[in-house]
Amino acid sequence: MNRRRFLRSGLGAIAARPASLVIGALGADMAWATPRAQPAYQRLLILVELKGGNDGFNTVVPYTDPAYYALRPKLAIPRDHVVQVTDRVGFHPALQSLQPLFDRGRLAVLLGVGYPAPNLSHFRSIEIWDTASSSDRYLADGWLARTFAQAATPSRFAADGVVIGSNDMGPLAGSGARALALANTDQFLQRAKLARSEPSTGNPALAHILKVESDVVRAATHLDTSRTLATDFPGTPFGNVVRTACHVAASPGGVACMRLTLNGFDTHGAQAGTQARLLRELAEGLIALQNGLTEIGRWDDTLVLTYAEFGRRPHENLSGGTDHGTASAHFALGGSVRGGVYGAMPDLSRLGSDGNVTHTLDFRSVYASVLDRWWGIESAPVLGGRYEPVDLVRS
Amino acid sequence: MRLLRPFVFFVIAALALVGAVHGARAATADTLGAEGARHLLTRTGFGATPSEIARYAPLTREDAVERILAATRTLPVLAPPAFATAGGPLPRPGPNASAEDRKTYVREQARDTLALRGWWIDEMLATPSPLTERMTLFWHNHFVSSQQKVRPARLMYAQNATFRRYAVGDFRALLHAAAKDPAMEVYLDTVQNRKGAPNENFAREVMELFTLGEGHYTEQDVKEAARAFTGWSIDRDTGAFVFRPRLHDDGSKTIFGQRGDFDGDAVLDLILARPDTARFVVQKLWLEFVSPQPDAQAVARIAGRFRASGYDIKVALRGLLLDPAFWAPADRGTLVKSPVELVVGTLHTLELAPPDGLPYALAAAGMGQNLFAPPNVKGWPGGDRWINATTLLARKQFLARLARAIPAPTAPMDAAPVASMTSMPATAAANDAVTTLQQRAARSVERALARIALDAGTWVAAQPGNDVPAKLAFAQNVLLPLAPVTGDVAEARAQRDPVLFVRAALLDPVYELK
Repeated sequence: MNRRRFLRSGLGAIAARPASLVIGALGADMAWATPRAQPAYQRLLILVELKGGNDGFNTVVPYTDPAYYALRPKLAIPRDHVVQVTDRVGFHPALQSLQPLFDRGRLAVLLGVGYPAPNLSHFRSIEIWDTASSSDRYLADGWLARTFAQAATPSRFAADGVVIGSNDMGPLAGSGARALALANTDQFLQRAKLARSEPSTGNPALAHILKVESDVVRAATHLDTSRTLATDFPGTPFGNVVRTACHVAASPGGVACMRLTLNGFDTHGAQAGTQARLLRELAEGLIALQNGLTEIGRWDDTLVLTYAEFGRRPHENLSGGTDHGTASAHFALGGSVRGGVYGAMPDLSRLGSDGNVTHTLDFRSVYASVLDRWWGIESAPVLGGRYEPVDLVRS
Repeated sequence: MRLLRPFVFFVIAALALVGAVHGARAATADTLGAEGARHLLTRTGFGATPSEIARYAPLTREDAVERILAATRTLPVLAPPAFATAGGPLPRPGPNASAEDRKTYVREQARDTLALRGWWIDEMLATPSPLTERMTLFWHNHFVSSQQKVRPARLMYAQNATFRRYAVGDFRALLHAAAKDPAMEVYLDTVQNRKGAPNENFAREVMELFTLGEGHYTEQDVKEAARAFTGWSIDRDTGAFVFRPRLHDDGSKTIFGQRGDFDGDAVLDLILARPDTARFVVQKLWLEFVSPQPDAQAVARIAGRFRASGYDIKVALRGLLLDPAFWAPADRGTLVKSPVELVVGTLHTLELAPPDGLPYALAAAGMGQNLFAPPNVKGWPGGDRWINATTLLARKQFLARLARAIPAPTAPMDAAPVASMTSMPATAAANDAVTTLQQRAARSVERALARIALDAGTWVAAQPGNDVPAKLAFAQNVLLPLAPVTGDVAEARAQRDPVLFVRAALLDPVYELK
């Protein structure tokens, strides 16, 4: 271990935990001498990707803002249809089922989440989110892959993380992470018998194949999905994704994180019907996720976060849709979430020259909450800088 | 036996040495030899049979590449399904169609698309020019459109025919044709793009993904180009491209710093005039054919020739296939086979002729490549990203089933991996139909694999060579681009067991590579 690495992980161990706890348990010198962060990986992170770029302004609606109604003569949600959750913002009617969760303080709304100098390409922007980079920097590894490289998950874990509903590893992409794409756990375990664990050698493509094969063998050894769940999962694509997620979460040889994907949010035309269907699918899936996690006793140690490459432009286009935007609203939910509204609704009366809003909350602050507050890992080395965490976890 | 094994290995090693010497004699300084022939054919086609390898082995690199380029086609050899070339108005639900009618429409188009998938797999197996189909597939994954948004299967066939017509032809003509292709017009919302109400979708993607690459244009260029493409539409009666002057914004635009009242064709020509376009396309072709690490200098050199030729795709391909990097030993086996290459290439290499391509199209879909339905406008990312836990196991499952390494299931195989086939239902209500479709698809893959008869003994016996060890040595070069990772292949060769050998070779991780 080089000196820099030692210092970083040593500092990480101290910064990550309340000082009294570190001193009480180990003594300050011990903690310094033993650069062994103990991240709280028994706490599960579930990222939900709203792929294509969900329209945040019709998801969390600024229903008292005349500018919103002026920008969207056709697409605006009428005030009396909005599920009003505060005196300023409300949910799309298709998210009605999430209201009780908000009222009980287990659902947080994050407003204006984005980053400076936004990129409007789907692919570049999701890369920025997945690698937690600035828009002018290119990083190879996902932010969760970097997290696990800095602070490894326990060896009894089946994997660092799994992605469900997508073939893209997203924030788990990178040479280091033990990450799996899963479609169906039973089928995975059955087919895993075809995999063999061989040392990873050869050219990068071969090394990748051998690593995936070894990860499969390891995950299959540690995953136990024999538990039957009583929870009723919707028969939608996202419902199936949530079902698989709950089976993984129920397995004793667990994972630290999952990334679930719901596709189809790139609504350039005829948005109203498509988005309503997708948001209903999302809400029903999230409620099933809550029920499933509650059934297996993990709701209180799970943090669910939505994200997407961008939101959409406030001004509707003449195709009944919206073009690529910038900052957007997102949700955090879980048994330990401190509910409420975080950040500020971007100012719809002051749009940039491209018709887009300026973010009010940097997405890396949300990631910092995951690292600093949820897992107890120093966030700055992972994120390449210090971002003020959002206080969305109950202490 | 324990004493015998080292001796057997010694014999194998000695025979391999003889084979290598023999191969070296065949591969003189100027000729490909069996290994070079296998490399060229699998990189430009779908696997290669022993007899094809034997035909190409005595050729020089130049002659072999010219032979492959000369054989390219502009038309398929197999007639497409009848609906694909039917004239008349496009089938589409009217503005007042009931929900039930719409569902029926979506289902019918999905069914026709299945037929199209099966036909394309058949064409890949039947064509005398596999490169034509590889390039048609390359353009499908470059100028991306997905039936799941476009809907009419007939438009997807028309687009496929366009890609084949220009597959190894004129990139300038291809770009113009792809931009005006009706399926593309629907997929990237060109039909919604009107004067005073621009929709930027196509204008952005044509620059970012089809020509210049991200970072080589500005947001201003996108906005202005979107105005230039206004008025491009589809004739409702014929389903063909039509220009509607009344919807076109003929005002002045500034694109790449140049000012003029550009229309869509003029924007495409402005794009073609920029060197970034040739570089971007050649770089993507390099990743497809040569290696995962493009050599910037070689790409620039080949792109220069490509541009100077007036965008003759053959010039680019010739440059890539004759570049030293293409032949470098270090670049052998560094590319991951796409699911379609794995499935079609395995059938072709093992000389299996299935009666119907559809189950194999569905098998590829289960591995992450559902023809006519790429995941998004960027297409399948390819390379190492073909391989994750789910897709690798789907690939191994297919190969194991084909090689009879695992028994056929008593219950129908689980349908989950085919999820991507219909992962975008039009309505939540369509989900039931989707589930049934997936289960049917999975069962059809199982049935097809149960019926197909791989006779490894006959296949190995037909290889060149005087005895079984020599035939197995030749067969190993046919199947594997690198030395096998597991010991199973050597074990099967030691036992001189062709069935075990083919099984071990197909299941070796190296078989996933080309």
